[in-house]
Order: sequence, then structure tokens, then C-alpha cells
Amino acid sequence: MNFTALFNAMPGAAAQGLIWGIMAIGVYITYKVLDLADLTVDGSMATGGAVCVMLMLNGVNVWLALLCAVLAGMLAGLLTGIFHTAMGIPPILAGILTQLSLYSINLAVMAFKANQGINVTKYALIVSQRNVRTLSWNNPIFTALLFLIVLIGALYWFFGTELGSSLRATGANEAMSRAQGINTNTAKILGLMISNGIVALSSALLSHYQGFVDVNMGRGAIVIGLAAVIISEVIFGKLFRNFALKLTGVALGAVIYYIVIQVVLWLGLNTNLLKLLSALIVAVFLGIPYWKAHMNMRKGGGRHA
Amino acid sequence: MLDMTDVRKTFNAKTVNEKVALDGLTLHLNDGDFVTVIGGNGAGKSTMLNAIAGVWPIDRGSIVIDKKDISRLPEHRRAPLLGRVFQDPMTGTAATMQIEENLALAARRGERRTLKPGITRAERNQYRDQLAALGLGLEDRMTAKVGLLSGGQRQALTLLMATLKKPKLLLLDEHTAALDPRTAEKVLELSEKIVRENNLMTLMVTHNMRDAIRYGNRLIMMNEGKIILDIAGEQKQKLTVEDLMTAFFKASGEEFANDRALLS
Repeated sequence: MNFTALFNAMPGAAAQGLIWGIMAIGVYITYKVLDLADLTVDGSMATGGAVCVMLMLNGVNVWLALLCAVLAGMLAGLLTGIFHTAMGIPPILAGILTQLSLYSINLAVMAFKANQGINVTKYALIVSQRNVRTLSWNNPIFTALLFLIVLIGALYWFFGTELGSSLRATGANEAMSRAQGINTNTAKILGLMISNGIVALSSALLSHYQGFVDVNMGRGAIVIGLAAVIISEVIFGKLFRNFALKLTGVALGAVIYYIVIQVVLWLGLNTNLLKLLSALIVAVFLGIPYWKAHMNMRKGGGRHA
Repeated sequence: MLDMTDVRKTFNAKTVNEKVALDGLTLHLNDGDFVTVIGGNGAGKSTMLNAIAGVWPIDRGSIVIDKKDISRLPEHRRAPLLGRVFQDPMTGTAATMQIEENLALAARRGERRTLKPGITRAERNQYRDQLAALGLGLEDRMTAKVGLLSGGQRQALTLLMATLKKPKLLLLDEHTAALDPRTAEKVLELSEKIVRENNLMTLMVTHNMRDAIRYGNRLIMMNEGKIILDIAGEQKQKLTVEDLMTAFFKASGEEFANDRALLS
């Protein structure tokens, strides 16, 4: 066994994990805070990169391009929100509809090419794979961490405000929220917009990191996001009670996910089978609470009126 | 003042399960009226409260509170006028949020929710006093998640939330039905205390005839989506459970067949 190869792959896994961790935080907001499973993510995880890369290729400033990427993601969330609240489409289906439309939109944004490269020597990319083993401020691990810290801080502040609390209440108990005068439809739309804005940010950073954007780069993103959320619950659930710590846990969950993937690849798994493996692992972990409840019922406990 | 005029609601219209839940219901309440509502299963008691709260749109008629027609407003826009406590203790509070966060949400009912802090220190102190007044020891557990509280504690908290911002009308929908008798008694007494202190116009649905007689200044009985009995003032004070049974039989031609009402 070649441990050096595994060791050398770790910085890359950490950087990717942190960038995907940003996306996982977006998933956490819909899945855990709002209690909606939003599949828009698989589309917006390519939208952000597409918008950012194409704007930069056309000479737009990197930070402006990044901002536009986030706004594009928010628009995607808005579309899902409208499908769900104004048209009564169940959230999962609403997300799938947006995801499908985003496939065409992403292609259109990318000038109808399946991928578009962006060269780190010609463009001022925020993060790049090239620097992943250098000890400098340019190291993508450091930059991604910085983004995460700012993001978690901003979300911690927001969800403590009146508006943010109304989003949390909507996810916790809709009937109660409406009885307390909260427009739960608006809250859900806003939550979907914030979530997909964050996902698009992650997407833009990922396209910088890998030096290209691909129309398929978001495929299975929701599963990776759920994996990160579940890993963080299993490992840090008892430890991290505070909201900011929970978000940190989710980002760490994504890093752990990528490290595990590296190990599995190192053990010789065919890369093409990775998505199958991820899906099965997530399925098992999603099943655990159900099995636990089932076991309790058999034992005669757990059934309270 | 509450004015419900000719309110009609049919569920599952034009299907085999069609049910006329409110059949041209008309009801007038004066400020400060504390009205208890009784009736058999499916009489339309909860439906009446949900119609006022705007859980779904009504088919016909109008609902006016203090000259403001709320018949067509969505649920969250009626909320500023209404305080609500539900039958299921789970419904009125957010289980995964803290006690003080739940109160802070209720304190902002009817206000625009902005980017100001969701709860302030001054509020916390105020809530501590108000929780202490409930006498349940919740003032020492303000950052505990509401999911950890018992049914009675949650109903008491929901009552406080419903009246934190004084509503024009308080809707109590069998809010003690899911509690054990002693706890139910306590929550009822607390309800009455809060209603009296704030002089709140109140509609209280109950299955318990004795409670319906004991509390409030007016009693209405419903059957098949209509009010079939309306007794107020001195006449109400002299009521007995037997009177109610007879009245129900006379008005509806049926026995008041309801185990919960008979046994309690």
C-alpha cells in the first residue's frame, strides 16, 4: 500500500471538502432549518460556476462575477419557491422542475458548450487547485476557510434576527407560525433563495478551484450535501448545540466526506461507482432514525399518545 | 366586537363525502364577552374557530372584527387580531425552539419582521416575570427547548403567547382536551385569569358541559353547523348539565351522544 499517495491527496480532499462544505451549509438551511428537501441544488451547483466563469471570460471583475453568481443562485431558489408556494407543487417536485430548467439555462449561459475552462495564469481566480500544496495565502484551503468563517458568521447573525427567527419558526411549526402572523410562503421563498445563493457561491468557488465549469458538476450535489449534514449529526450532534457550531459541523462533515472518498479511491474503487456508494451510504444513514423508532415500538416503548 | 354573518363552509363539495360544516352561521359577540361553545362531534365548533382564524377560505358570508372585514384575508394577516390556543399542545409552539424564542415570536405578531435582533435583553426580563406569573417554574428554563415541556406547560405557554400582544379575540379550541384532569383544571383557571385581567373577548370550545357552565358569561350550543342555543347572563348562571342535555334533545331531536361530555 502506498501511503504517500494517500497523504498527498489529503490537501486536495480538504480544499474540495471545504468548498463543498459551503454548499452543504446551503443544503442544511433548506433541509434542516426549513424542513424542505430542495433538489434545486443539483442545478444551482452548476449555475454559480457557469455565471461566474462566463462573466470573467468576458472581462468582468472577479468579485462582481462572484456576486452575480450568488444572485443567479438566488433566482433559482426564487423559481422553486414560486413553483412551491404559488402553484402548490410539492417542494421536492418543485426543486426537480427548477433543476431541469437550470440544465438548459446553464448550457445557454455557457454558450451551449458542456464545459468552459478558465486559466489561472490569465485570470484572477479566487482559489486554484494549483496552490493546494503551497504554504501561502493563496492556498485554497485557507481561502475556503475564510469564506466559511464569514458565511457562518453572517448566517448566525441573520438567523438571530426577527426575520431569521421567522424562517426558523416556519421550519419548526407552520401552523404556529401563521397563527403568530408569519407569512410562511414568504419565509420559505426567502429560505430557498438564501440556500441556493450559498450553493451558487460554492459552485463559483469550485469552478475556480478546478479551473473549469461543467454543466454536470452539480449532479448528485444534494446527496453530498445530505451526507455532510448526516455525518455532522452523527459525529458532532451531541457536541455542537449552538447554531454556528452546527454549521461548522456541516462544513467539517463535507471535509470528512471527501477524505473518506479519497481513502475509498485509494483502496482501488472504480471512480465511476462513487455516486452509487455515496447514495447507498446516505440511504442507510437516513434510514437509521426510522429503524430506531421501529425497534423501540417492538420493545413496547416509544409509543406515546 | 365580532360579527359573523351567514357563514357557510362545505368540505369535499360535490363528492360522496360532502359535509356542510357551517350552515349559514350568524354570531355576534360584544367586547369582553367570554363565550363557551359546546356541541357534539362534527357540530362545527372547531370549524367556526378555524373560519375566523382563516385556516381556509369560507364559501359565503362575512366575518368582521371591530368593523374590519377579515373574511378574505389570509391567515397570517388575521393573526394580529387573534390569539389562538389549539387542542393539540404540539400545535401552538415550536418544539425545536427555546421558550424565550417562542415568546419573542409571539411578541412580534402583526409587526413587520426586520433585521433587528429576534430577542432583546429587556424582553427577556419581561418574559421572566410573565412566566413566573404562570407559577410553573418556566422562568428558570427560558432557554430550554419547548419540546422538553409537558402538555400542560406547553398549553400554558401557548396561552401566554396568544395574549402577549393583546388580541381582539381569543380563540381557545378545546385547549384542555388533551390534558389530564388536574392539569386541565389548572390551565382552565389560568385561562380565565388571563381573560379577566385583560378583559378579552373570548370563544372557548369545550367538550365538558360543566366547564362550559362554570366559565364565561355566555354559552352557545352548536349542532350541524348552526347555533341551536344561546344563553347569557343570569340565565346561564343557573344552568345545570341536565338543562343542557334537555335543551340539546329539544333543539336537535337527538340524544347528546358524546362519551367525553357525559363522563366528565
